[in-house]
Amino acid sequence: MNLSPAQLDRIAYRRRQTVISVLIAAASTLVVGVLLAVGLTGAPGWDRVRASFFDLDVARDALPDVAAGLWLNVRLLVFCALGALALGLLIALLRTLRGPVFFPVRALATGYTYTFRGLPLIIVLYVLTLGVPGLRLQGMPSVLVLGGIALVITYAGYLAEVFRAGIESVHPSQLAAARSLGLTYRQTMRHVVLPQAIRRVAPPLLNDTVALQKDVGLVSLAGPIDAVRAAQISTAETFNYTPYIVAGVLFVLLAMPLIAVTDWVTLRAARRQS
Amino acid sequence: MILSVQGVRKVFGSQVVLSSLDLDVDEHQVVALIGASGSGKSTLLRCVNLLEEIDDGMIWLDGSHITDPRVNPDKVRQRIGIVFQSYNLFPHMTVLENVILAPVRVHGRSSKEATDAAREWLTRVGLGDKADAYPDRLSGGQQQRVAIVRALINSPRLLLLDEVTSALDPELVGEVLSMIRDLKGEGMTMVLATHEMGFARQVADRVCFLDGGKVLEQGPPEQVFGDPREPRTRQFLSRIIEAGRL
Repeated sequence: MNLSPAQLDRIAYRRRQTVISVLIAAASTLVVGVLLAVGLTGAPGWDRVRASFFDLDVARDALPDVAAGLWLNVRLLVFCALGALALGLLIALLRTLRGPVFFPVRALATGYTYTFRGLPLIIVLYVLTLGVPGLRLQGMPSVLVLGGIALVITYAGYLAEVFRAGIESVHPSQLAAARSLGLTYRQTMRHVVLPQAIRRVAPPLLNDTVALQKDVGLVSLAGPIDAVRAAQISTAETFNYTPYIVAGVLFVLLAMPLIAVTDWVTLRAARRQS
Repeated sequence: MILSVQGVRKVFGSQVVLSSLDLDVDEHQVVALIGASGSGKSTLLRCVNLLEEIDDGMIWLDGSHITDPRVNPDKVRQRIGIVFQSYNLFPHMTVLENVILAPVRVHGRSSKEATDAAREWLTRVGLGDKADAYPDRLSGGQQQRVAIVRALINSPRLLLLDEVTSALDPELVGEVLSMIRDLKGEGMTMVLATHEMGFARQVADRVCFLDGGKVLEQGPPEQVFGDPREPRTRQFLSRIIEAGRL
């Protein structure tokens, strides 16, 4: 392939520009890094902070307990995320039903999203984990399950609104096309509206799941020991805050794959739109 | 008679779009609806397909009253095909999936049987190699042909075409029109709303000029285009001629 001198010149110019930008980026990153390191380690109290937050021995001792707590977070996250997605989708579908017959369900679903988006999660947790067992009913599930239910019903309120936004973003002409082929309302939802809606709102749904990942730890308020609670216990034993840092690092590591998936899905959705 | 529209009225808010409109369509007939934008052509087609609820009158399909509130609209729509101006293919499905959705889900045909029929149809209209493509990879004319196949595969008694070439680039209009011409040859009963006067003249057995929510004038194309009786029709056609579309 023979390129014209003008094009060769353009390519050479762009290549030079790229090299220059990379060099500038590297230099500025280095400067910021050095400044931060000097500022932090040069602070008058740095030695004490390092001893109480970044003690490797304490970290090693605390790791097994914190990791065991994190395992609880992971299990809760999986069940609560699935539960909240299912319940949220159901409520969103109920809210989109038309016709006077469905007024009560629609009103209930709307009331649900208003209530549980407004109510602080901690209060829902206390009511379910401390109040409900007080009923002394037969076959009462464990506090852990009750806490999980509190998370599910709270997050379902947010997720329902995300799903509803997705459902309403599908153009009415798509519904008309599906109904004109003889598909019923349910078939139209199932085969035409929901597949498009869910694809569109996948990024915000995953984003809420990342938020849920941190909130599942709140069940420890009712007794079960999650990663943060485990860190708090070892902190109380050693008078050293390093276990919190350990738990924090583990949380970030745990969130990374989910955040990466969210970014990838968002990027793919954006590319499909264009 | 396949379709009989009797005294149909349709109101949007305070705007009367159709007022006691009558229209009869016999089997194997092709009826073209012409008229200015907003004259109710699309609304009439949407009413026939029960996508809009009428405010008075009756619509009969094959001798049964389909605007009776006790009639299940899904069952009625299974017997009518409609093609829209903006194609309205389902973007998350391939061409093949678009075409077999209704045969499988509504008409209870097996996936294998529907796929074979769909491939045959797509090949016939020159889209055999596009079966596994997504709609956004197709040109407007190709998308519209898929939309027509999607409606035809259910063997409708009546096919409604709502300005099916209005969104197409001029050089793509021909491929869709020739497909409709072939359908006429096969005896498909069609009602088409159109701005393509030349095409209406060629393909229609009867042309209906809609004005003021009514069929103001109707007759064979030679008569309506060649010697319109109503002054409003004459005015409309002369404007079209001025715009160079006839």
